[in-house]
Amino acid sequence: MGLMSRSAAGIYAARLQRGMATRWREWGELAIQGLLLFAAMVSVFTTLGIVAVLVIEAVPFFQQVSLIEFLTDPQWTPLFAQKHFGILPLVAGTFLTSAVALALAMPVGLLSAIYLSEYAPARVRAILKPALEVLAGIPTVVYGYFALLFVTPLLKRVIPDLETFNALSAGLTMGIMIIPLISSLSEDALYAVPGSLREAAYALGATRLEVALRVVIPAALSGIVASFILAASRAIGETMIVAIAAGQRPILTLDPRRAIETMTAYIVQVSLGDTPHGTLEFRTIFAVGLVLFLLTLVFNLIALRIIERYREVYR
Amino acid sequence: MEEIVLETQNLTVYYNGRPAIEGISLRIPRRRITAIIGPSGCGKSTLLRCFNRMNDLIPSARVTGRVLFEGVDLYGPDVDVVEVRRRIGMVFQKPNPFPKSIYENVAFGPRIQGIRDRRRLDEIVERCLRAAALWDEVKDKLHQNALTLSGGQQQRLCIARALATEPEVLLMDEPASALDPIATMKIEDLMRELAREYTIVIVTHNMQQAARVSDYTAFMLAGEDRVGRLIEFGPTQQIFTRPRDRRTEDYITGRFG
Repeated sequence: MGLMSRSAAGIYAARLQRGMATRWREWGELAIQGLLLFAAMVSVFTTLGIVAVLVIEAVPFFQQVSLIEFLTDPQWTPLFAQKHFGILPLVAGTFLTSAVALALAMPVGLLSAIYLSEYAPARVRAILKPALEVLAGIPTVVYGYFALLFVTPLLKRVIPDLETFNALSAGLTMGIMIIPLISSLSEDALYAVPGSLREAAYALGATRLEVALRVVIPAALSGIVASFILAASRAIGETMIVAIAAGQRPILTLDPRRAIETMTAYIVQVSLGDTPHGTLEFRTIFAVGLVLFLLTLVFNLIALRIIERYREVYR
Repeated sequence: MEEIVLETQNLTVYYNGRPAIEGISLRIPRRRITAIIGPSGCGKSTLLRCFNRMNDLIPSARVTGRVLFEGVDLYGPDVDVVEVRRRIGMVFQKPNPFPKSIYENVAFGPRIQGIRDRRRLDEIVERCLRAAALWDEVKDKLHQNALTLSGGQQQRLCIARALATEPEVLLMDEPASALDPIATMKIEDLMRELAREYTIVIVTHNMQQAARVSDYTAFMLAGEDRVGRLIEFGPTQQIFTRPRDRRTEDYITGRFG
């Protein structure tokens, strides 16, 4: 009896030992895990690499140009004989085009999100939402020429002293481009508000508009704000439209009728021009790139934080 | 004779052209608790949602027959839905407070009616929270988010919120089914208390609950055709002790459902 049970136990114990097949399977699992990790890390390392290049190239720049001059000098003329390295005109240009874009895209994007989420019948929504998102798929170079060759001439009829290259036209076109970003993300946030909250409000005698304004929007507010910030980040980083339609004249102005130059457009100008590599003039683009990177990084981090908080709203 | 507040006459509701409930004729007496019971899918909630026209929110729903409130057809051409819902309040199965403060939840109804005066709002909020037996638990944290309350407290907050529009009727759609037994008991006590002033119609799948709290009981059942019909209506005691219909007896004795 004792002997029998011991041999039976031996058989079961032998089954617990790992065979060759099991070992191969374990190796396979590890290899796949490694591959997936590698894929995930590619973008992280690329980002780190970009930051490293920006910093390495910007350091020698800041050895020659003081940070104070960089941040306070009201002129940006690194390519002229009389050199000034004040980034303010480029920041103002970026701010101006982005402000125009957001002034258009935030209200229009939010209103279309409200329409899609709260008013549109299912069938209309099924057609309109993808249609709006197609706008985001148009190459930005097309938007750029659209701004220069269509929007600007149109605006000139209303505003005669509009310059051919101007911040207004580029900003408005950029606004059209980022409407789908805002409407799509905001609509997701609005749509995610539980139907039970809408029911509660209707049952208290709220009208459709009151339900949207007093219940759904407040409940989705953080998602909406996050979409605004991501859109701002997109506008700041947008290159093609402003490079084509906003001009290449870095002047410190807040007048949207005038030609300006954004940070991104300046980087394009130098990258494509005949500025010799390794010179101070060439290194300016890394300093500008660093500022641009930090600005968009901050905006994206804020958006992420807000989105995280917004996830906590319901249960 | 009881005074009748709500009455349905040959009420039929269609979803996508198919009837969900059919030929319901029912009279709800004033300041009484009327329970609608029946197995899942018999159309209890559909019936309840006709009383404040919540079915309007479902595009595919169509209603025929009449629902009279104080003698006026709620589905008549000149009826203001907003006013209907203000005078016939509703509490839902799952507590659904707004992600706002306790105060703002109760003040929501009065605010959309245009009441802005802070002192009047304060007074309404306190009165309704007291009526919902919640005041003592929340009076020191009125400006805290309502979602920090327990499930039972949230449901009583939803009742307070419904009372704030000064309704005459309270519709309750399985108001305790998501709550634990103690929270359920509190809601039931509260219902008895509220029935002194309000007419209450409660949908429940819990027969004991119907027997405990209600004065009248309506039993609904869906036949083979999955269309819900009213089988029997009467004083709760009679329904539970001497049902006239065989199917009612089978249901309350637990033979199905």
